[in-house]
Amino acid sequence: MAAPLIELAGIERVFQLGDSEVHALHRLDVRIDAGEYVAVMGPSGSGKSTLLNLLGLLDRPNAGTYRLEGRDVTTLSAVEQARVRSERIGFVFQSFHLVPRLTAAENIALPMILAGLPPTRRAERVARALRDYGLENRADHRPDQLSGGQRQRVAIARATIMQPALLLADEPTGNLDRATGDEVVRLLEALNDQGMTLIVVTHDGGLGARARRQLLMEDGCPRHDRRRDETDGSPATCALPT
Amino acid sequence: MRAPDLIRFARDAATGNPLRTGLLVLAMAIGVAAVVVLTALGDGARRYVLNQFSAIGSNLVIVLPGRSQTGGFNPGNAITNTPRDLTVDDAQALQRASAVHRVAPLAIGTSEISVGGKLREVMVAGTTAEFIDVRRLQLAQGRFLPAGDWRRGASEAVIGAKIRDEMFGRAEALGQLVRVGDRRVRIVGVLATTGQGLGMNTDELVIVPVSLAQAMFNSNTLFRILVEANGREAIEPAKAQVTDILRLRHEGELDVTIITQDAVLATFDRLLGALTLGVAGIAAISLAVAGILVMNVMLVSVAQRTAEIGLLKALGATAATIRNAFLAESAMLSLAGAVLGFVLGQAGAAIIRQLYPVFPAFPPDWAVLAALGTALGTGVLFGVLPARRAARLEPVRALAKR
Repeated sequence: MAAPLIELAGIERVFQLGDSEVHALHRLDVRIDAGEYVAVMGPSGSGKSTLLNLLGLLDRPNAGTYRLEGRDVTTLSAVEQARVRSERIGFVFQSFHLVPRLTAAENIALPMILAGLPPTRRAERVARALRDYGLENRADHRPDQLSGGQRQRVAIARATIMQPALLLADEPTGNLDRATGDEVVRLLEALNDQGMTLIVVTHDGGLGARARRQLLMEDGCPRHDRRRDETDGSPATCALPT
Repeated sequence: MRAPDLIRFARDAATGNPLRTGLLVLAMAIGVAAVVVLTALGDGARRYVLNQFSAIGSNLVIVLPGRSQTGGFNPGNAITNTPRDLTVDDAQALQRASAVHRVAPLAIGTSEISVGGKLREVMVAGTTAEFIDVRRLQLAQGRFLPAGDWRRGASEAVIGAKIRDEMFGRAEALGQLVRVGDRRVRIVGVLATTGQGLGMNTDELVIVPVSLAQAMFNSNTLFRILVEANGREAIEPAKAQVTDILRLRHEGELDVTIITQDAVLATFDRLLGALTLGVAGIAAISLAVAGILVMNVMLVSVAQRTAEIGLLKALGATAATIRNAFLAESAMLSLAGAVLGFVLGQAGAAIIRQLYPVFPAFPPDWAVLAALGTALGTGVLFGVLPARRAARLEPVRALAKR
């Protein structure tokens, strides 16, 4: 069997709140294979956002190793991590996080600009992305001239423009009504069908249920790790402190 | 990130908040404009004074009767008694010196001029034909005193423009006979208006041959001998030669004071140059203030754009990219401010020149360059701290802030 896309081993993430320590993640071991569709669910404070930040290299664990495509990325320098984020990881946020002064096309092009791609190649890819996401006649609109669904489509186009291996979505439908939310989810799932690994953090049980694998977090541990094609959940991969 | 993209990104970020950008550019512009205008004033004052001095003539060595022990020019020289007179013969002897180009003796006294019942007190200058060249005066009408024997001048006079206007009005002055003191002289020339200047006002002067003036005032002595050296570099040799000749003629005693115009000029030049520098320094403080303002605004901007910085990091921007983007922005704002300030300053100096045409209010090149350089320097320097702060933001913290 090939090396998994993601391999977390013994991950600890501790936050200092006042003089008490909060274990956001505790001895976490998770493997995610390439092409998987994982929903990370759980109540607030269960550590799911922390997990997503760690997976996206936006945060560093206090202990443990994180292997992305077989490479230990926890020990990389900040510059190398930025490069990994640029080339291998795409982010979709609940509140879209579009740059308000840039047009839709410019927002989509932003990762390529940061990566230093030449303008001709950027224009070509942006044109294709606008077409693929049905935003052709919205290219020169600023985010405040777009609807919520359009904004999230721009955000997804931006997240995928560098053709990453891993797409991380934090409550992608949280700020959308049900119809547009469904549309966005279908878009993400279509990307997953094309082979992109999709990890969605959500409160929404309906959204979570669509994923082929559900990771239910509780107190910094996956309480339940279930694949849809399996009859029973795998054993908890986290030893609870007694 | 490619340089053109970086610049465009910084430009968009700057224009994204026009009020903030406008205020900052204005602050920088005021600083630069202050330096440009104030140094233009300082340097204009320097040039004005130098011009006034040069108007007396150039490459001048001036001989005064009487010895001032401390050296240099001293108002007391004009009234002290002197054991030996400075005579026309002395002046003539100076013409023999090799470094001397021209010599003009000058005897001064006050008298009355009267014509057609009008009477006026005037200053009478007795001199020779060389005077007009040594003092660089212009004639409006007629001719100057004729060259010839210094001891035998004709009864002719050249009058200043103001005297002409007051004594003759619209009537013809040339060729008229007037009474100066107890002599009747014929007016042969009128000087051009020179305006108020340092030294004597030639507009109110009546110039007669030196022999006539000495006879009129019943005196042998000269007020000054004006010596024009052959050139700028000949001033010192001329001074030495004049000293030697006069010492010889005065039985080994140097009872005259010899000053060079250059020495006076250099003193004023240094004095007013220091003034300009001081003014520039004061104006530079406003540039430093503008620099601190740049820092403050950029820090606020970093705080406001925390989420954007986090996003850029999530999208793969390195700390260096973020830092460069913010540095480029502050450099761009400073540059815009500097250019605007330069234009405003030059316009201000031009307005001053327009209002006071005699005042050459041109900002010196060094001040303009220093102002632009300081503006850019402070902009970038004070941009470093905010840029570093932006670059150091943890992406997860930056994103969490909405």
